[in-house]
Amino acid sequence: MKAGFIIAAIFLSYTSFALQIRVGRQESCTTITAAIAKANNGDTVLVEPGIYFEKNLVVNKSIVLKGLNYPVIDAEKKFENISVRANNVVIDGFKLQHTGVSSIVDFAAIKLYNCSRVTVINNIIEDAFFGIYSQYSNTCLIKHNTLHAIAATEQQSGNGIHCWKSDSMQIIANSITGHRDGIYFEFVTNSVIWRNQSSGNLRYGLHFMFSNDDAYISNIFENNGAGVAVMFSKGVKMFSNYFKENWGDAAYGILLKEINDSYIRGNHFERNTSAIYAEGANRILMQRNIFRNNGWAFKIQASCTDVVLEENNFIGNTFDVATNGSLVLNRFNNNYWDKYEGYDLNRDKTGDVPYRPVSMYSMITERNPPAIILFHSLIVSLMDRSEKIIPSLTPENLKDEHPLMKPLPL
Amino acid sequence: MKKILKYVVIDILRNKIVLAYTIFLLILSFSIFNLEDSSSKGILSLLNIVLIVVPMVSVLFASIYVYNSAEFLELLLSQPLRRKTIWLSVFSGLLISMVISFVAGVGIPVLLYEFSVTGFTLIISGILLTIIFIALAMLVAVKVRDKARGIGAVILLWLYFSILFDGLVLFLLFQFEDYPLEKPMVAITALNPIDLSRIMVLLKMDISAMMGYTGAVFRNFFGNATGMCISLLVLLLWIILPIWISVRMFNRKDV
Amino acid sequence: MIIANNINKKFGKLKALDNVSVTCNKGECVALIGPNGSGKTTFIKSILGMVVCDNGFITFNGKNILHDWKYRSAIGYMPQIGRYPDNMTIGQLIDMMKDIRGKSGGEIDEELIGSFGLDLMLHKRMRTLSGGTRQKVSASLAFLFNPEVLILDEPTAGLDPVSAEILKDKIVKEKAKGKLVLITSHILSELDDLVTQVIYMQDGKLLFQKSIELLRADTGQLKLSKAIAAFMLKSK
Repeated sequence: MKAGFIIAAIFLSYTSFALQIRVGRQESCTTITAAIAKANNGDTVLVEPGIYFEKNLVVNKSIVLKGLNYPVIDAEKKFENISVRANNVVIDGFKLQHTGVSSIVDFAAIKLYNCSRVTVINNIIEDAFFGIYSQYSNTCLIKHNTLHAIAATEQQSGNGIHCWKSDSMQIIANSITGHRDGIYFEFVTNSVIWRNQSSGNLRYGLHFMFSNDDAYISNIFENNGAGVAVMFSKGVKMFSNYFKENWGDAAYGILLKEINDSYIRGNHFERNTSAIYAEGANRILMQRNIFRNNGWAFKIQASCTDVVLEENNFIGNTFDVATNGSLVLNRFNNNYWDKYEGYDLNRDKTGDVPYRPVSMYSMITERNPPAIILFHSLIVSLMDRSEKIIPSLTPENLKDEHPLMKPLPL
Repeated sequence: MKKILKYVVIDILRNKIVLAYTIFLLILSFSIFNLEDSSSKGILSLLNIVLIVVPMVSVLFASIYVYNSAEFLELLLSQPLRRKTIWLSVFSGLLISMVISFVAGVGIPVLLYEFSVTGFTLIISGILLTIIFIALAMLVAVKVRDKARGIGAVILLWLYFSILFDGLVLFLLFQFEDYPLEKPMVAITALNPIDLSRIMVLLKMDISAMMGYTGAVFRNFFGNATGMCISLLVLLLWIILPIWISVRMFNRKDV
Repeated sequence: MIIANNINKKFGKLKALDNVSVTCNKGECVALIGPNGSGKTTFIKSILGMVVCDNGFITFNGKNILHDWKYRSAIGYMPQIGRYPDNMTIGQLIDMMKDIRGKSGGEIDEELIGSFGLDLMLHKRMRTLSGGTRQKVSASLAFLFNPEVLILDEPTAGLDPVSAEILKDKIVKEKAKGKLVLITSHILSELDDLVTQVIYMQDGKLLFQKSIELLRADTGQLKLSKAIAAFMLKSK
């Protein structure tokens, strides 16, 4: 009897609360704020096309806020567009613009305050300070949003998707351009970043700090001011991402700093100044990545230990590997290096002599960057050749014992 | 001018060395493109040839040709011809045959396998280097009367531009490690046409590496239209200056 | 026609020409005589502009030759040692010269080519020719364009007697047409019946320029060789 009552109550609650409230010029509610005031948990607020000046729209009930054909919510450069302060909220199909800029408060187009299970989907966010901002939230889905900012300086702009002290977030298929950092993670755990495109941001395409046990998969990071930075984290999985054309002295396909126990697999690094820069990275397994036409494919500092590179393709890079010391506690094995000039007499598809991926000249340019101007000159070729025969400057142990003769089909 | 030019070109072509050079370049280019896994690697190998072989062959062939043409020049000098005309005809004749030979031997394979800005830059640099080293050879040939000494001088010149100069630059780089050398480096490269052409190609080929801070300084200079024009102008100067000086010297030369 | 005025030329420390002044006129046949290394060839080359004088000047028909080049169309030059591009055939060489001088050359005089029999070996390459045949080619080229002035440096050296005779006849014939002929030669005897003027040079200096009659009168010798020998004895 008691159970039956509860079931009936749940059923009743669903039927009784599932109201639809329409917002529009012709409707009873002309502002979204009014509609939310009227709504109860579980209701749907449908917003008709038009431009809404809601000052700071606060969603403090568990409702579905759905825009029809992208209604515009304009924050007049003074406010936060939408503040979510309830669980189970869905924000779907809005165009959010002109978020306020402040140096004290992190205004965002959509900000999630201590929420769970919030879905932010199909929104267009333009000229925002921060785009989608999550703090102390968990289990939220941020999907199919397009964020575009016209940031002039790093101080004047915020991050595209910014998560702070959050957990179990899903960031899927968003497109972010022109922000400070495309996607920013700090103290975020157990989250996944999947199929996003982050390009043309001022600083990092993805900025990742103190965030353990996250995965980012099949994202494209292109032409960002400083590439991607993954720092002070452990248990990070990076699969099948594209890192392209991140150009500049301090720009890296990935900057790995103090990263432990992570897995980098199946990524493409193309035309970056430095594809991977690793500093203080430990126990990292890098497999089946493609490094193509980068300036430096892999810059590994002597502070790294137990970094293992296996079955990667290195093709058309100016320098394959560069390092700053002679201590090598990392392992290279079974990679394909297009600069390998050895032979395979026993036909086991791996070269019979080891390959030393650190060229002498990469050591020299490491110490003296302007020396790059002599690259490809006869004297440099001669120096590289003689170094290959008698290594003196390059670390003796940094070598691939079994380089592949043919590139891996990746 | 046209008449003498005609005879110079005919004479050079009859020489067969130019033909051999063309075939050598052709075989080399095609085999490089066929052997290398990627055509961009092929371009890299070709760059080495363009920077080393082309200046060497140009400078050697041109100087030997001028020395061996002493009789021909003597014959022409006793005829009613302007000295400048004779000298420039010899220069143009060498230029035409060597450039045609380079374009046929390297240009065509590059256009077939790697039709890109890099390939195009490579061809242009190769052509300019050919002409520059012919001009330098003619300067040496007019200055040094003795053939053996002249050829020796020309080989030294080639050695200087392809290795010694870069060695010196490297030495300077490390001696003045603590100073910002990027900008002086740009000026110093203007002193060596081989370096200048190499950097022009490098900026197209290794663009990613050149985008580093130092690279950015070079790229800011060489990469934009003004820098490119200045580089080309400097390379042209490397042609005009030696040939102009050699014309002046030839005008006063006794046969 | 040709006036050299105080010309000097130094090759390093060697004074090849030391204040040489000479006048040569139309219709004359001038013999340029002197021991080896006396500066004869240098002098001839200065007239042709192949050697540039250090100072002094040379005029040709009243014009300074220094920055001029057109005057050479009036000169036919036969060098002491004819050096030609090795790869060319005689025919090609002749065609080339005709081509180069085409406009300014005047009428073509191919008499010597015929009388030396060169027309039968036009296909021969210069490199394969004997010294004598080269001289024949040189001579033919010098006369080819019917020039007003003929400058012949040791014309008969290396020629067989028959050819030397042919050449001498040709020189006489051209002189008769009123041309200026300038000849250097060691073998003085062959100049006897040609020469009207004698220029004698030694160590780059001009010792004298005299008409042959005057020289004969001074020395009392009829033969040129004897006359010169007598002069040299006298001057010692």
